[in-house]
Amino acid sequence: MYLVVFFVLPLYVILSVAFGTVDPTFQSAVPIYQPWFWSSRYVTLVVGDAFGYQRGVYVRTFIYVFVASLICVFIAYAVAYYVARFGGKRKGLFLTLLIAPFFVSYLMRMLAWINLLQPDGYINKVLGWIPLAPHNVNWLGGYPVTLVLGLVYGYIPYMILPFYGFLDRIQQSLLEAGRDLGASPARTFVRITLPLSRQAILAGVVIVSLPMFGDYYTHDLLSPSPKTTMVGNLLDSAVHSTGQGPQAAVLVFILMILLLVPMGYYLRSTSNELKVRT
Amino acid sequence: MKGPSTWYRNPWRKPHVLQVVTWGYLVWSLVPVLAAILISFNSGRSSASFQGFSFQWWAGAPQGDRQGSLFTSPELHAAIVQTVRLSVISMLIAVPLGVSFAIGLDRWRGRVAATANFWMLVSFVVPEIIIGVALFLTFTYTLHAAIKLGTTAQIIGLVAFQVSYPVIVVRARLLSIGKEFEEAAMDLGAPPRAAIRRILLPMLYPAIFASFALVFADVVDDFVTVRYLSGGSNTETLSVKIYSAARATPSPVYNAAATFMLFTTVLVIAVVYVLYKRFGRGQTASATEFSTQL
Repeated sequence: MYLVVFFVLPLYVILSVAFGTVDPTFQSAVPIYQPWFWSSRYVTLVVGDAFGYQRGVYVRTFIYVFVASLICVFIAYAVAYYVARFGGKRKGLFLTLLIAPFFVSYLMRMLAWINLLQPDGYINKVLGWIPLAPHNVNWLGGYPVTLVLGLVYGYIPYMILPFYGFLDRIQQSLLEAGRDLGASPARTFVRITLPLSRQAILAGVVIVSLPMFGDYYTHDLLSPSPKTTMVGNLLDSAVHSTGQGPQAAVLVFILMILLLVPMGYYLRSTSNELKVRT
Repeated sequence: MKGPSTWYRNPWRKPHVLQVVTWGYLVWSLVPVLAAILISFNSGRSSASFQGFSFQWWAGAPQGDRQGSLFTSPELHAAIVQTVRLSVISMLIAVPLGVSFAIGLDRWRGRVAATANFWMLVSFVVPEIIIGVALFLTFTYTLHAAIKLGTTAQIIGLVAFQVSYPVIVVRARLLSIGKEFEEAAMDLGAPPRAAIRRILLPMLYPAIFASFALVFADVVDDFVTVRYLSGGSNTETLSVKIYSAARATPSPVYNAAATFMLFTTVLVIAVVYVLYKRFGRGQTASATEFSTQL
């Protein structure tokens, strides 16, 4: 057993280093392995694009992820708060229903929305009954609304459960104390519950926004139009066009650097938690 | 006098707004999926509206469709085979590997162990596209002489990050077990190897079964890494097929494929849950604990 660990562990570390940090300097499809020969040709190219004609894509990605995470926080917090504090006898049922989306793959859940949002789909039918609502919209034709909805729908379950886990652990006595001392429910919430859950909210935002930054499939499935391209799509299309390997590598690198801060925060908090538990 | 403001100020009123939000969320999160399942039994060709019940997209011969039905189309049949192949093989590699990592990391402290632990967590939080593209580049630029894109590359890629599931689940379990049992066994004269095999491993069965289910379900659903590392259309899994066809040529057959994946996953999880209950007896195995492990 120890032998396996001793043997495989360094191997795995080497592999992960090899996989994790692809050096961004392949020249005309020939990788350079010695760092002292690295050239900055492709890096300059891609970074130049990032500040040039592709800047919109980066800005857009940030906006979409920000808006989607914000919506996630509001809905997830409300739901988790309700289930944790007022779930009562139905808590088990609520939890089962909250966990259910985990069993359904992301793909299937997006497929469901493709069905619903088609021009002759049910969403347009329902909207058709409502006067003044937009009629016969091709929702899949590249609307930011659709994309953000898809992101929220796809990632919100990952936020609700940690929120629930946290809110469930807040001691009721603290809240009761706040109320006994004369604070209104709203004030108790703002002064006690919210400050206590700040860390959980931050962690939830990180959990949700990390995969959103690397997301390309929601765009591909729900709004395949250049108007809503995200950074993930740049990367994806670079991989699928021949000879653009270096560009893809640089994009991976850029994405890694962008995500370093939230990732570091998340890793530190989880390893702290592990330490506390041991 | 009972006006709206008194109602609003009543500290003991029920949280109606929150209740509405919660139920609204639950409906919103589950109904679209149910609709998609329903459409897989559509008798018409539309993937947007339900026109009547039939099994034609599952096993029949739907008229006027190039693809055919899920179980009769040779292309989708190959995809099913590839899905099962990838998920079973990577499950059989990733879980034993992960379990031994977990035991090793738990027992062995130091810089190397800390680094390995760090990489486990990294591969857990990094967006999958980064791992997928990095693997793709590694296989096409560095290892192309040894390993071509295809099943082998897919399995190596999947195992590389799926291994962190068993590590995390088993480590959590190890933390709650503690060291006493193993030490007692060794005090009673068992060599370390036997102590692990006879005492520790049986206690870890629930966690191990849970990781089997996790890895299996995740590989079945994966369409990022699998797509980047597939050599051609013959190594594409069901999920990759759905991904590439869902927008271009929507058809209820892809709903049937996705529903089939869902049923498979649920079936595997159910089987694992039964095993979990069986082997976890006397160890406070409950449904909620199981699902939190998932």
